[in-house]
Amino acid sequence: MINFFEVAETNEMIDKENLDVRTITLGISLLDCIDADLEKCKEKIYQKIIKAAGNLVATGEEISREFGIPIVNKRISLTPIALIGGACCKTAEDFVSIAKVLDRAAHEVGVNFIGGYSALVAKGMTKADKLLMASIPEALACTERVCSSVNLGSTRTGINMDAVRMMGSIIKEAAELTKDRDSMGCTKLVVFCNAPDDNPFMAGAFHGVTEADQIINVGVSGPGVVKTALEKVRGESFEVLCETIKKTAFKVTRVGQLVAKEASRRMQVPFGIVDLSLAPTPAIGDSVADILCEIGLERAGAPGTTAALALLNDQVKKGGVMASSYVGGLSGAFIPVSEDQGMIDAVQAGALTLEKLEAMTCVCSVGLDMIAIPGDTKDTTIAGIIADEMAIGMVNQKTTAVRIIPVIGKGVGENVEFGGLLGHAPIMPVNSFGCEQFVNRGGRIPAPIHSFKN
Amino acid sequence: MKKTIITVVGKDTVGIIAKVCTYLAENGINILDISQTIVQGYFNMMMIVDTAQASKKSAEISEELKALGVEIGVVIKCQKEEIFDMMHRI
Repeated sequence: MINFFEVAETNEMIDKENLDVRTITLGISLLDCIDADLEKCKEKIYQKIIKAAGNLVATGEEISREFGIPIVNKRISLTPIALIGGACCKTAEDFVSIAKVLDRAAHEVGVNFIGGYSALVAKGMTKADKLLMASIPEALACTERVCSSVNLGSTRTGINMDAVRMMGSIIKEAAELTKDRDSMGCTKLVVFCNAPDDNPFMAGAFHGVTEADQIINVGVSGPGVVKTALEKVRGESFEVLCETIKKTAFKVTRVGQLVAKEASRRMQVPFGIVDLSLAPTPAIGDSVADILCEIGLERAGAPGTTAALALLNDQVKKGGVMASSYVGGLSGAFIPVSEDQGMIDAVQAGALTLEKLEAMTCVCSVGLDMIAIPGDTKDTTIAGIIADEMAIGMVNQKTTAVRIIPVIGKGVGENVEFGGLLGHAPIMPVNSFGCEQFVNRGGRIPAPIHSFKN
Repeated sequence: MKKTIITVVGKDTVGIIAKVCTYLAENGINILDISQTIVQGYFNMMMIVDTAQASKKSAEISEELKALGVEIGVVIKCQKEEIFDMMHRI
């Protein structure tokens, strides 16, 4: 039977170390909402979301109360809208009108984000893909909860450089349209290489076409729990360090598994995956950078950071995999800047640069995340940054992403405040040398060779 | 049997157990095990209870016990056993 100390340990994690379930994300397929008539299509989408997700928030809150574990977000991911709107949207404005429907549905069911305003263009773009991409800035400016993502490359197909170049300009435009709100639009837009179909985390969640009609995916968190566990093994060997991270990741993930199974049972929707990510928040003590410091670095970004992060990412996966029957999504350690107080401090202290962050993305779970850059950064430079990140993902067969915010009207050294879980960020300098001729070439970078792996 | 773990933490005072137990009795909740310590004046109790015959839903019991805790000046948590089982047992 459960003993006193085990109960105390669990509750300590919840009360003092910010253990929580970051999100229950309900994936909903909209493939059966496709219609040649735009109005009919929008009505079908709205009705399907309301019907499927009507009790999502209430179910989440009930589970939270019964088990005494906070469930921070309830979210929805949808089939990429470029596929759904392809038959009826003739202009970018038509797509924007779908985004407004999604936002209205999100408000109606009470979820805090709805993802899937997306296009999958790893190899080429259809007319609908191009229209959706062109509509992203306006869609993000006139909605509150809609999140957008675009998959620009994969290990199997290479990188669609035409789309990369387009996204450089689209990110800039999204920043312009929301410049009165510190370019907030860009915080809801992410580009991927090797995007997973079952990611529960925003802004990049969408419901892949290989998924069932509906599915429950859960994202766990718990950087504070890992940090506290590591405080007890200061100065010990790597073996002890790794074992400690694994055991802690196991415990954290078990909670996610429990919540996922419960949500699945109560909503009568199949359980998809648990995403065993260490997802930081701006709250003190809920930081991945602090774990890196606890491992032995003076600041995140110091020499040794990439190795420490590689170790952390791998041990989180090793511990978490056994704790859940199905693991998926992004699974690993996130390294956003604005959402992690330790990262923010490291940037302000001059320890962490964009280049070091890029190196870290080779071994973390995703990529360049929530990084504020000067508003006058050129479109082509943003496309260059994206291309670098996509190349890392393509060659290393991992998911990489870029969520970067050119803050219009602000420059290096200034601060930007996004609020809530999105946090705040110092604006980071970007290499000022150009890459116009490279990103303007057009076409795509071929897929890498899959043999001769030496 | 539906096992639930109730924990009570806070400054020690007269009648904490009495008030919690009265609430449980009134709502058809059977106590299976109680362990309690006082560390530096702080009251620390864990109860394992069976809510199979309870007259209310788990979420409601949890809310009411939380409110009772506020009234007495302690923190009362009521959590289904599975969360601890999942975390500490393979």
